[in-house]
Amino acid sequence: MSAWLVVSPILVPLATAALCALAWGRVPLQRIISLAGSVTLFVCGALLLAHVGANGITAAQMSDWPAPFGITLVADHLAAVMVLIAAVMAVAVAIYAFGDIAPERERFGFHPVFQTLMVGVCGSFITGDLFNLYVWFEVMLISSFMLLALGGTREQIDGAIKYAALNLIATASFLMAVALLYGLTGTLNMADLALRLREVEQTGVVTTVAVLFIIAFGMKAAVFPLFFWLPASYHTPAIPVQAIFAGLLTKVGVYALLRTFTLIFVGDTAWTHGLMLWIAGLTMLAGVLGSLAVTDLRRAFSWQVVAHIGYMIMGLALYTPLAIAGAVFYLVHDIVVKTNLFLGAGLARRLTGHDDLRSMGGLFKATPLLAVVMFVPLASLAGFPPLSGFWSKLVLLQASLEKEAYVIAAVSLIVGLLTMWLVGRIWAELFWKAHPVADPQGTAAIAPGTRFALVAPLVLLSAMTVAIGLFAEPVMQVAAAAATELMDPAPYIEAVLGKGEPPPTAVVGLEPAEVRP
Amino acid sequence: MLTAVLAIFVLAALAPTVHRMTPSFSHWLLALVPAAITVWFATFLGPVGAGEVVTQSIPWIPTLGVELAFRLDGLSLLFALLITGIGTFIVIYSGGYLHGHEHQGRFYLFIIAFMGAMLGLVLADDIITLFVFWELTSITSFLLIGFNHEDASSRRSAVQALLVTAFGGLALLAGLVLLGIAAGSFTLSGIEASGIDIRAHALYLPILVLILLGAFTKSAQVPFHFWLPNAMDAPTPVSAYLHSATMVKAGVYLLARMNPTLGATEVWTITLAAFGTVTALWGGLMALRSTDLKKVLAYTTLMALGTLVMLVGLGTEYAMKAYAVFLLAHSLYKGALFMGAGSVDHGTGTRDVRELSGLWQKMKITGVFIALAALSMAGLPPFFGFIGKEFMYEGMLQAGTLGLLVVAGMVIANATMLGAAGLVFWKPFTGQPSEAAEHAHEGGPSLWLGPAVLASLGLALGLGAIPHEGLGEGLLGAVATSLKGEAAKVDLYLWHGLTPALGISVVTIALGLGMFLGLGGVKRGLDGLARASRVNVDAAWDHVLAGLNAVAVAVTRATQTGKLRDYMVWTFTGITLMLGGTLLLRDGILLPREMPETSYLGIFMAALMVVGTIGTILAFSRLAAIVSLSVVGLSIAMFFLVYGAPDVGITQLMVETLTVIIIVLVLAKLPAFRKGEDGTGGERARNGAIAVAMGAVTTAILLAVIAVPYELDLTRYFAEQSYVGGYGRNVVNVILVDFRAFDTLGEVTVVAVAGLGVLALLKARMGRTRTGSQAGGDQP
Repeated sequence: MSAWLVVSPILVPLATAALCALAWGRVPLQRIISLAGSVTLFVCGALLLAHVGANGITAAQMSDWPAPFGITLVADHLAAVMVLIAAVMAVAVAIYAFGDIAPERERFGFHPVFQTLMVGVCGSFITGDLFNLYVWFEVMLISSFMLLALGGTREQIDGAIKYAALNLIATASFLMAVALLYGLTGTLNMADLALRLREVEQTGVVTTVAVLFIIAFGMKAAVFPLFFWLPASYHTPAIPVQAIFAGLLTKVGVYALLRTFTLIFVGDTAWTHGLMLWIAGLTMLAGVLGSLAVTDLRRAFSWQVVAHIGYMIMGLALYTPLAIAGAVFYLVHDIVVKTNLFLGAGLARRLTGHDDLRSMGGLFKATPLLAVVMFVPLASLAGFPPLSGFWSKLVLLQASLEKEAYVIAAVSLIVGLLTMWLVGRIWAELFWKAHPVADPQGTAAIAPGTRFALVAPLVLLSAMTVAIGLFAEPVMQVAAAAATELMDPAPYIEAVLGKGEPPPTAVVGLEPAEVRP
Repeated sequence: MLTAVLAIFVLAALAPTVHRMTPSFSHWLLALVPAAITVWFATFLGPVGAGEVVTQSIPWIPTLGVELAFRLDGLSLLFALLITGIGTFIVIYSGGYLHGHEHQGRFYLFIIAFMGAMLGLVLADDIITLFVFWELTSITSFLLIGFNHEDASSRRSAVQALLVTAFGGLALLAGLVLLGIAAGSFTLSGIEASGIDIRAHALYLPILVLILLGAFTKSAQVPFHFWLPNAMDAPTPVSAYLHSATMVKAGVYLLARMNPTLGATEVWTITLAAFGTVTALWGGLMALRSTDLKKVLAYTTLMALGTLVMLVGLGTEYAMKAYAVFLLAHSLYKGALFMGAGSVDHGTGTRDVRELSGLWQKMKITGVFIALAALSMAGLPPFFGFIGKEFMYEGMLQAGTLGLLVVAGMVIANATMLGAAGLVFWKPFTGQPSEAAEHAHEGGPSLWLGPAVLASLGLALGLGAIPHEGLGEGLLGAVATSLKGEAAKVDLYLWHGLTPALGISVVTIALGLGMFLGLGGVKRGLDGLARASRVNVDAAWDHVLAGLNAVAVAVTRATQTGKLRDYMVWTFTGITLMLGGTLLLRDGILLPREMPETSYLGIFMAALMVVGTIGTILAFSRLAAIVSLSVVGLSIAMFFLVYGAPDVGITQLMVETLTVIIIVLVLAKLPAFRKGEDGTGGERARNGAIAVAMGAVTTAILLAVIAVPYELDLTRYFAEQSYVGGYGRNVVNVILVDFRAFDTLGEVTVVAVAGLGVLALLKARMGRTRTGSQAGGDQP
């Protein structure tokens, strides 16, 4: 049974996509199927996390070929929590789409492709095979490209072309890296790779291939200097598409880095993780500067997506149990907040009639409800306590100070301050300032059904952000458990291959109490 | 204690609803909760005064070791009483002051939430919890300063206050975490009890600087003072509460808290004494110069904050006692004065002292209490402010040479308080009624209750109507104990004999009178001084932000140009540098010991690929380029055919052919190459260099990988199992549909989505009327 549970994050959205495609031409039916599929995915994610919590890392061998010969799917704490949080976003965005997506887009396959996107995302989280990861990346890429171009406005096509061209470089790098790694080790199973790579004597070659993976995944994650595709494209598609992209896509890149650079490439951390620390700092700075340079709300948020990727990479690059736990917590927090911000920006545009902060305003007066539900993600973005963003930044700050990495600590704080400035500015312009032309209508002016579809996801996600902030312990426990598993890959390898060899690089396990001295 | 803090937050959440249901007396209802909590805290006066410390701890995030740990000692009890006590009156006052305002409910929400945050701050024992509340006060302050949100200057002041305090807040966070790491404990009591002498720790100086940045920004010490006068854009209850009696004292509170841990070093004493004295002096002088009642009071608040910082820094016995006394005295008179000034504003419609005189006839009640509070601020006997000042001088005189320097500054600063007192009472209330005073009217009891109680307390404490035994030896002694880290008592007195401190007081009062009488001249002198100061810092603020913005725009414009070609250049340069650097610096270059066997056919096909590539680059038309490119693809297919993978070769051949056909079809619709479309000569050379470098790096990696012996486990297993376990003779087929069938499932999905995508792109064309920007639209 557990194998079915492990494979469910792929099967459920795939089946949903197929059913939606079968209901081609019947949009209302597609909507119901899509939402039901997302909810089912959420249930599966919750069950999976509970299962991993109770039984530890669970592997499933596809077609029942033993690892490393077939394809193995693996659920550990990290994979399970990512599936769960992704499913919540799918539900939120599916509901929002009821109120926002244009009929043309729905008629031409928004729902099935949205679900195949989830297939790619969840498949990436759950797979234990490097080439299989590549396949899910491809599913994700083609689905995202299709969603990006769907609707075909000039602005969209421009963004989509840049997105596709630059992402194909990432895909090619990834494929090349997989091939090279196969050449070095003769295997594709990640657990097997972890073992075999330690036996390769030519460590310089391994490090070079590792850097190629940093490039491939880093480009997906939109890190410096490989992020150009993101600000070029993220603000162009329909709001629900923007939201799901901002929430999930780059995080899959971060996830892949987290996975491979704790399990497989840990032979030369001084170089690989040192390089990532530089990348992290520069990504934060480039992202926050970009967000300050634009006046379009959605573009500012797009740049913030870049900036905050830097923090997660920072956690990985510091490579201590506390830092990794911080990165995992950050992932969960950031997915919720970014999705929420883009959904909120969409609603703000609907009410004020604009995307540009200079032409927006008056929402504090017009719609206190939106002010409250937007205040939460904005404040969390800026890292104000006691919201989720604060804890993630606190953990990373502490991890960097403990490791005496003062420069990155300072950079993370400065970027935090600049983000506060951005948030203060957005608040003043969007909410406080009177609308330059006429008072905007409140949410009350929207038809009731649509209003519910638009507002409910915002309320849900804001409530999550508050809950993760006030009751951070459960999420922090999962993050710490995930960090323990990542820092000590032996149980993972054993779960996949069935044989446990103690890794030569002894890693100190993370006791919950040891996270903070 | 947690219950008290939570109760206030719950009250805040309910406030808008309560207000909606009972708009006319909601303030009285809402004030009941803080009043009850004040009384509850007052019950601790006895035990805490006797030296007891009440603690409470509830786990919050055990994984991180963060606790909701609270500690009630003298210092926190005094602050708690001020916060809830003054808070009660502020809530009542707000009801009268903002009566009928459309966002009154939200106002209650913000200000009561602030009360909870502030209370949590002073009670917190866990330093992370302390920081959480610290930042919450910054956010609520932001929301309150910007309350008049359609006014651009309010918005600017709100963002300014947020950024200055947030800047300090982040420094403080880093300092606190470092402190926790150094001391091995994340609670204040744990740090004090740890026995580790932080002063001797290698990280002492960074910790000190970071925490001071936090405290100085919050408590508006020069040069971070400029945000406080601007914060007066907030409604008066906010100024009275946050920016005078409570929030700005958070920094002063923190310094007092840190005194046992970080204090009593040379750098501590000199830094705090210097910054404190300069701030006090500056605030006092600027107060005399201002004409807006609230600005006068804001500057006198600066003076008080500077004084308190200075007192913590000096660290002498009397300085500690003076801290306790003056803290209480200031909160009482300043709360009263601000509320009084608000009532004047409310009654006359102006706060400009030049337009105000002769108000006495119309606003007697307000006048009386302003007078009482102003006399306490002026430091005249028998008011409590006088006692504070006496203690202050005693404390400075104990501090040796440094103390004398400080005395010189503080005499002037204290003298200005007398002048400022004249400015807020004498000028508006005496003399001939001005035009504004003609139609002035007294406010209701909600407006004068707060000033009445606070101002009367200032007199009563001075006169000794409230037993000094309990207060001086009890609460204030406990405050001094918290500061020193050892037991201390405060023996309050009005008359202490002919001491040097008394002499200095007399000088101060004389100087102050002189200043008030010669106000015109003093002002002119100060105007010059002012031009060189706050105005500049405040204006520089805009320049700094504009500069930062310009940097952001410049950097982003330079990189995010909107041209795909530029992105490609950046991306490939980045990739090449990262890979090339690793190859060179990490010993990645490796040549196979023996070159793989080659044939003439292989060399020929490789040469063909090179020719095809060059042809693609040099092609003069799109068609020529695609034909050249297909030469490369076909050569690769031939490679597969020759070297034992005919099925892959055939697949490649078909894909290649199809691709070329499709591209040619599309090309027919595209215009011909434009001249210069592929960049200038320099650009082409640069791109060529990047391409060659990228190719070289890739080749080097490939050679290195080939040099590593190849593992054939999987291949062997597939060969063995494909018929036995997979029931297929074609190994590749079995791999595709059995061993790795899951990959195939994914690829089938890709093809299906691609099909849908083509359909959608061809058919679903959204109205093109939407104002999409031109190509390159992602540039800022």
